[in-house]
Amino acid sequence: MTRNSIAFWTGSTVFLVAVFVMTQVVGNQYPFFAGYVILQFIALAVAWSILGGYAGYVNFGTSAFFGVGVYAAVFLVKAFGAPLPLQILAGAAIGALMGFALGLLTLRMQGIFFSIATIALTIIIETTITNWRYVGGAAGIQIQRPAVTAPFDNYVQMLFFVQALLVVLAVAISRYIQNSWIGRGLQALRDDELAAECTGVPTLRLKLLACVISGALMCAVGAPAAMYLQYADPASAFNLNYSVTTLAMSLIGGTAHWSGPIIGAILLGTTQQLLTVTISSEVNVLVLGLMLVLFVVGAPEGIIGLIRKLRGDRKEGEV
Amino acid sequence: MFSFDLLLDAVVIGVLLGCFYGAVSLGLSVSFGLLDVPHVAHPAFLVLASYAVYFLNEHYAVDPLVAGLLITPVFFLLGLVAYRLYYETFEKRGSDAAVRGIAFFFGVAFIIEVLIILQFGVDQRSVTADYIGRAWRLGDIRIPYRLLVAFAVATALTVLLTLYLSRTFMGRAIRAVAQDQEALRLMGANPIKIKQWAFGIATAVLGIAGALLIIVAPVDPTLDRAYIGRTFCVVVMAGLGSMGGTLVAAIILGVAETIVLTMFGASWAPAISFAMLLGVLAVRPQGLFGRRS
Amino acid sequence: MTLSDTRSPLLRISSLTKRFGGFTALHDVSVDIRPGERFGLIGPNGSGKTTLINCISGAFRTEPGTVLFRDEDIALLQPHVRTRRGIARSFQIPRPFRSMTVAENLMVALDFAAHEHVSAAQRRDSMMSILDQMGLGPKANVSATQLSQVELRKMELARAMATHPKLLISDEAMAGLSSSEVDEVLDLLLSLASRDITIIMIEHIMQAVMRFSERVMCLDAGRIIAIGSPSEVMADQRVQEAYLGT
Repeated sequence: MTRNSIAFWTGSTVFLVAVFVMTQVVGNQYPFFAGYVILQFIALAVAWSILGGYAGYVNFGTSAFFGVGVYAAVFLVKAFGAPLPLQILAGAAIGALMGFALGLLTLRMQGIFFSIATIALTIIIETTITNWRYVGGAAGIQIQRPAVTAPFDNYVQMLFFVQALLVVLAVAISRYIQNSWIGRGLQALRDDELAAECTGVPTLRLKLLACVISGALMCAVGAPAAMYLQYADPASAFNLNYSVTTLAMSLIGGTAHWSGPIIGAILLGTTQQLLTVTISSEVNVLVLGLMLVLFVVGAPEGIIGLIRKLRGDRKEGEV
Repeated sequence: MFSFDLLLDAVVIGVLLGCFYGAVSLGLSVSFGLLDVPHVAHPAFLVLASYAVYFLNEHYAVDPLVAGLLITPVFFLLGLVAYRLYYETFEKRGSDAAVRGIAFFFGVAFIIEVLIILQFGVDQRSVTADYIGRAWRLGDIRIPYRLLVAFAVATALTVLLTLYLSRTFMGRAIRAVAQDQEALRLMGANPIKIKQWAFGIATAVLGIAGALLIIVAPVDPTLDRAYIGRTFCVVVMAGLGSMGGTLVAAIILGVAETIVLTMFGASWAPAISFAMLLGVLAVRPQGLFGRRS
Repeated sequence: MTLSDTRSPLLRISSLTKRFGGFTALHDVSVDIRPGERFGLIGPNGSGKTTLINCISGAFRTEPGTVLFRDEDIALLQPHVRTRRGIARSFQIPRPFRSMTVAENLMVALDFAAHEHVSAAQRRDSMMSILDQMGLGPKANVSATQLSQVELRKMELARAMATHPKLLISDEAMAGLSSSEVDEVLDLLLSLASRDITIIMIEHIMQAVMRFSERVMCLDAGRIIAIGSPSEVMADQRVQEAYLGT
């Protein structure tokens, strides 16, 4: 293992231990409720960047993957009373299949047409779920949480820990991809697909891989949300806000490095949680819009880009 | 139950509805179809226009169509400013302008949504006029006057815009800029100025389209999301940038929506436009009447 | 063909036709390229030169006709597979990976097109030796966006070379360069050819074609109108007409 890897895994372990200790020590429920949402968005943004950032295929279908994850869990709970790990695994499997289908779309569509197609997919899936009576249709469905398992004494605390695990998983995968030949291939095809292909990069296979991984992770992240909310309805589960929020977080943080989406998600996610509590959920959407516009216009490479620029300038200054 | 009468009814209403969809898509046909601007905030501007019409109608009892005309100059200016901003921040920088552009316009759409909510609340709003709420009976078919108004105005708008693009100097310049920007630059014209003007026209048309939107049905602040699918479906299906094609594509969508509505119920309606959009993108990306091969 | 060379051709194109809708870009093109040959491809704009190399490198699928590379039919292979088989190309308008440095551009080729398992250190050495050979050594860690026109052309060739090709297709690598730069690039191509790499060179600059090619083929409106030694082809009535336009 390289020194970077040791640092990364040490950091991840410390993070998970801290999260676990927090669930055992902190009695107040609010930090877990808010923290869960932030963790969920970190995982979504990191997963999104694997396709949207590394490969440059801007996916507006985050809400489709998230919503399918939610409904996979709803269905499994209602039909078989499946436990949480199974819900997440099933979500990941379905998400991988959806990702594969999305990857095939990249054969025919690039750039903005791909983005529009992903919006279309979202609405089509949402409409299908809306018309599926078994899982509640348009009106939505209530979900009973099972008894919580030790060592947790509260279900939300457990979900908080589970989501932290998903964050570490997503980040580890994203980091691995960036540092491996997969990352270099994706970067090449993002810059120029034809040139990449003619340089020996199997572009279709890499795009499919990115879509499958990104999709599986986003669906897996959505699955526990059913238990978190104890309720699911298509209009909320497939809300376009998930797509735009995830995209905004990745762009704000910067997609050139795996840590970008984490930074963006923490920044925007925390701001939104504070605003929702102190002012209103409308203002929270307004802030999302404003920050998205500001960053895309003012700092197209995100915070990571800003930091690199500052460092670069300093280096030049020293020389 | 399926019957021939129901089908005929659906087709007639669908054609009228389709013309209305054509009217609300015309602007996008210029901005996205001809100018390649990924204008996903187009429907948000449309809803904004509806609220402006609502405001004039509610407080000053202005007829919605007149109100629509009154706000066109404001929307024209708005379009000029919006394009300038887009050009300076994205097109000029080149590379992945379209991808960042679409994120930018989503941001703009969300800002407009929230501003409308903060000003008017989340409830549905509608306008009043003589022709709203009454219907014309044609045999067994009942045709609401509001749809007839939308149909008439939509057709007129399409004809006017087609004439403008083919007969006037500026219109021809706009079509030329879509074909070959460099050639135009060599002829001494400034393509950016022309594109800005075109974007202004595209946005101005939204003033009247917004009036139609609120005449046809009540509006709410997040209605723009449903119209992303409809307007992009129409423009992509038409083949980017064809005005006549826009009207035909819109009629196909309108008829498809009403038939599905009649046969399967309203809950399937939102998916129609998106499914058609996806189908067109996958099978025939150049559209039915495409300008590009 | 009545050629003394009995070795089988490196690339054999037979009865290749390529249509775009109603437009026939290539019409029944057949040609053999011999191993180690320096082959010049000329023709007026729109005559089908780039279409032909797109068919060879795999960017376009061909319908009628076969493309044999080292006796293997490659017509159905994806471009990246053809690259791994040993066909590399440069682009008429350079297509660098813009978010990468020059070195990283080459690493893409080494990562994906290298046949045998070689260590990271060996790849780095291989990359540096190609860069040095192309005169780009000092630019290794410069972003691809900061290169001059001639450096971009060289980097395209270097990236193609990093895939260890047997056949290198150079698509107007000298367009828009000054005459001293043209000589520079030409010398590079000649030095590559001397190391047993077969090269197809598409070019408009006639002195370069004459100096480089052992054999020249001229396309016009998708058909071969002349093929032979450079002087024969230049003397051909139809070639002169195609270029002067009658």
